[in-house]
Amino acid sequence: MTMFKKNPSLMVFIALLAIFTLAVTFMSEAYGTGALSTSFVKTLGKTLCLALVAIAMDLVWGYTGILSLGHFAFFGLGGYMIGMWLMYARTEIIVIESMANAPIPPTPSEISDAIGTQIFGVVGSSDFPLIWSFAHSFWAQIALVVLVPGLLALVFGWLAFRSRVTGVYLSILTQAMTLALSLYLFQNDSGLRGNNGLSGLQNLPGADAISQDNISIWFFWASAFALLLTYLIAAFIVSGKFGSVIRGIRDDEARVRFLGYSVEGFKLFVFTLTAVIAAIGGALYYPQAGIINPAEIAPIASIYLAVWVAIGGRGRIYGAVIGAAFVSLVSTYFTGGQAPDISLGFYTIKWVDWWLVFLGLSFVLVTLFAPKGIGGLFDLITDRMSPNRHGVPLGPDKGSLREEEAEK
Amino acid sequence: MLRSLIAACLLMLSCSFAAQAQDRTIQDVLQEHAEIISQSSRRTIGPAIDAIAGSGLPAAQDVLQAWQARDMWQRTSDGLFFKAERIDSSTYDLIDFATGESVGAATKDDLEQLKPNSGIRAMIGAALVQFQLNAPDPDLRREALLAIQRNGEAAHLAPLRASIEGETDPAIKTLKETAERLLTISYDPDDAARVEAIEGFKGSLSLDARAALNPVISTKILPAEGLSEAANVKRELRAGSRDLSVEAAYDLLVSAGVIETQPSVSERKAALETHVENGAVAGVPLADLNTQEARDRAYAALAQEGFVPAFDPNFTMEAAVTGVSFVEVYDEPSQAVTGAAEGTLASINRAVGLNQFFDLSLDGLSLASIYFLAAIGLAITFGVMGVINMAHGEFIMMGAYTGYVVQQIVPDYTVSILLAIPLAFAVTFAAGVAMERLIIRWLYNRPLETLLATFGVSIALQQLAKNIFGTQARPLTSPGWLDGALSFNDVVSISYIRIAIFILALIFLGVFLFIMKKTRLGLETRAVTQNPRMAASMGINPDKVNMLTFGLGSGIAGIAGVAIGLYAKVTSELGSDYIVQSFMTVVVGGVGNIWGTLLGATMIGFLQKGIEWFNPSNTLAAQTYMIVFIIIFIQFRPKGIIALKGRAAGD
Repeated sequence: MTMFKKNPSLMVFIALLAIFTLAVTFMSEAYGTGALSTSFVKTLGKTLCLALVAIAMDLVWGYTGILSLGHFAFFGLGGYMIGMWLMYARTEIIVIESMANAPIPPTPSEISDAIGTQIFGVVGSSDFPLIWSFAHSFWAQIALVVLVPGLLALVFGWLAFRSRVTGVYLSILTQAMTLALSLYLFQNDSGLRGNNGLSGLQNLPGADAISQDNISIWFFWASAFALLLTYLIAAFIVSGKFGSVIRGIRDDEARVRFLGYSVEGFKLFVFTLTAVIAAIGGALYYPQAGIINPAEIAPIASIYLAVWVAIGGRGRIYGAVIGAAFVSLVSTYFTGGQAPDISLGFYTIKWVDWWLVFLGLSFVLVTLFAPKGIGGLFDLITDRMSPNRHGVPLGPDKGSLREEEAEK
Repeated sequence: MLRSLIAACLLMLSCSFAAQAQDRTIQDVLQEHAEIISQSSRRTIGPAIDAIAGSGLPAAQDVLQAWQARDMWQRTSDGLFFKAERIDSSTYDLIDFATGESVGAATKDDLEQLKPNSGIRAMIGAALVQFQLNAPDPDLRREALLAIQRNGEAAHLAPLRASIEGETDPAIKTLKETAERLLTISYDPDDAARVEAIEGFKGSLSLDARAALNPVISTKILPAEGLSEAANVKRELRAGSRDLSVEAAYDLLVSAGVIETQPSVSERKAALETHVENGAVAGVPLADLNTQEARDRAYAALAQEGFVPAFDPNFTMEAAVTGVSFVEVYDEPSQAVTGAAEGTLASINRAVGLNQFFDLSLDGLSLASIYFLAAIGLAITFGVMGVINMAHGEFIMMGAYTGYVVQQIVPDYTVSILLAIPLAFAVTFAAGVAMERLIIRWLYNRPLETLLATFGVSIALQQLAKNIFGTQARPLTSPGWLDGALSFNDVVSISYIRIAIFILALIFLGVFLFIMKKTRLGLETRAVTQNPRMAASMGINPDKVNMLTFGLGSGIAGIAGVAIGLYAKVTSELGSDYIVQSFMTVVVGGVGNIWGTLLGATMIGFLQKGIEWFNPSNTLAAQTYMIVFIIIFIQFRPKGIIALKGRAAGD
């Protein structure tokens, strides 16, 4: 129970998440008053998934000091893996239904061919690529959600960490990996339908009779539960000895290495674990979004992930959740066209056009003046002031926290 | 008949005149062949055209042209031929061929138009070629040669050969000889002459030679059985090999009537569907027909009762075509000609391959110079100062948009480019200095934060450009003297704009080296980067030096933007397309060393072109594989190609 003792915020978070989930349920169209539209429930569910991947980012960046610009690629891969099963299973049902009226019942190979034509018709093909070998099996694809991004992270991380690529070089390298993956998926012959991506994922196979109102709230629950689990895992990891070691790696990698710890092993574990968490987040996110295409994996998405964590406050788990939820909800509000325009007399500011400019500049301001992010506000309440070390960084490494970011 | 009688009289008259004056006119020639001319039949017209073309009279060309254009008319009253020009709907002005002067008007009733059909017009056209080939104006001769090369015919061969002898212009003579050899390959009836002409093209890069040789070696695949002895066989083939798939071989055998077709899977299914009786087919219930074996059983039962054509369950396409030998046969019957053509094409392909390699190298070089241009600013801000500037791409974009705005104000493209380069430098220098003063100097100890803060600037600038210039691409037009390409031959060519970018990249390299090694600013920059406190104690103002150095790197990005905008469209995403590659270039080359950046750009440029060469249709795959290669490369040389050593390395 040291975990709860070291993280007083943990109980608060669990309580808030439970209240939030209950509140949304009782305001949903399926189980409550209907004050929240189904599409908004989906937005909230997606936001929870983004908060989940932000926790992963915080673990790898805020606690271990690896600024990975590739975690959204793992998120997207998770989405692709579950999307393959959703698309296959649903197309299979449709195909079998349409063939039921044929004078002669179809053979298995005829069904498989028809599914292939349905799915790959848009990229001018009808054969199943090798990577779809397990698409018929739900459990196999669920396993792949964890295995594919996990293995990619393991191999990539092993290569990068063993050759001691650190700091900004690692950031650029992960960004290159993300770019390569998205460019690869953009090709039509990648086997994942090129830039069309996978679509119709919101329709669960065999659940046509159930309305989207119910499905959306189920996914919301699942997302909330996954977020809770992730939060607990993250809190557990950072509160024990393991957490001390990874914070040590962040602040002075060389010193931790000389103390006899296998820095590469710790880094690799955190990198792979967070990649798997991100992939699970993606597997929950994309059935709610309904479509996934390679643009979701583009390097910019991973940079936004870092932006959320930075704005929320890195180095604290609830900071990541706050950052992801706050920025993505506010972005949805301003870019969705609901925000009123501001008239300056000579020029009218349309938020759809100017939101990104505003976000970019406020991000610069947060980096410069509030390195603790929104999470820093809680320090004011709890009076957790930093020790005065006259502006000297806590650790000698360039990635380490500065005095003004550190907690007491 | 009266007409021909009069014509005969006239003919005799004119003949006698001609005999007296030794002065035959073109009209006489026409009258000699008046009958077949007015008959206008393709089979008999030959002698008439030959007589006109061979008369040696200056008017012969006019006659043929007028005839071909359906402007030649015959006067019914006396049978004379004239060129007629329409005055109004019923009256025509007649022009004498020999003198070119009008001989008075005539009504349409008195005239008959000669209407040569397309076959005859083509024959006239072939006869006209010799006039064009011998025309006094060299431009006309060149034009005629071009026409022959585009649409050669057997009939062109003789006049072309005849015209070579008298050709005075050596350049045109060479052209004529080449055209003659090309025509010989395609149309000469004599195999020896064709072989000689074919062998003359050994190692040639000309597209025309390849176009003339390829039809000579066209082939078709046939079953070997029943082939005539005289067939010019290229090689024997087996079904299932790379050049002959099993399906194609099966189709060949079926169309040759060697084997009979078997009902295909879908045909058998259709047959089953038509024989459904009481929920069963031949005793097999419908519900059981969901496997191929059950369907085969039902079909076999139907076949036994004779309802459907028989089907051998052991039949496979592979079995049907094994053991049958196929041959690839040339359409051209002469073995000597095809052999020579194959040999010559092989030597041409070798030469073309070698030249394609050069061409690819030029492409790689120009891509490398583009990457170098995009990365050289980063080599200063990231390589020398160690600042990660994610907004570097947006500085490139700002430079390109500056060029675009200057072109809107100054319409002359040459002047506007010359103006745009210093202006772009000034704009991005100012932007760089502002960014360094306002943001980066607070974050020198926190490189990861610099990355994020400059990323914030980057998305703000990108959206700002979208708001100002819109989302559609803006053109940055290059001056006229940069249009076109420098071609060495039919294969190797490079556009002038790419040469200009290459030269610009070289200039930048020189400027960078000069500033860093020979100027006070360069010395101070190097001092401040190595040890700012020591430099400060030597009287250098590190703040000022950092500001100027960052401004310089940003300014160079602006100029690169103008150059990149010239060959790519200017959009707000222009910069972000280059940012990852630019960082890659600097990291691969080795941070802090301009030669490393040069090597990195060269490696990435050549590598990308090389990968594209394997799969030209898929540039996305080329980029993917290149990035994967770079990731692996960094495993082995984490510090880049040229790694800094000692204290300058910073660790």
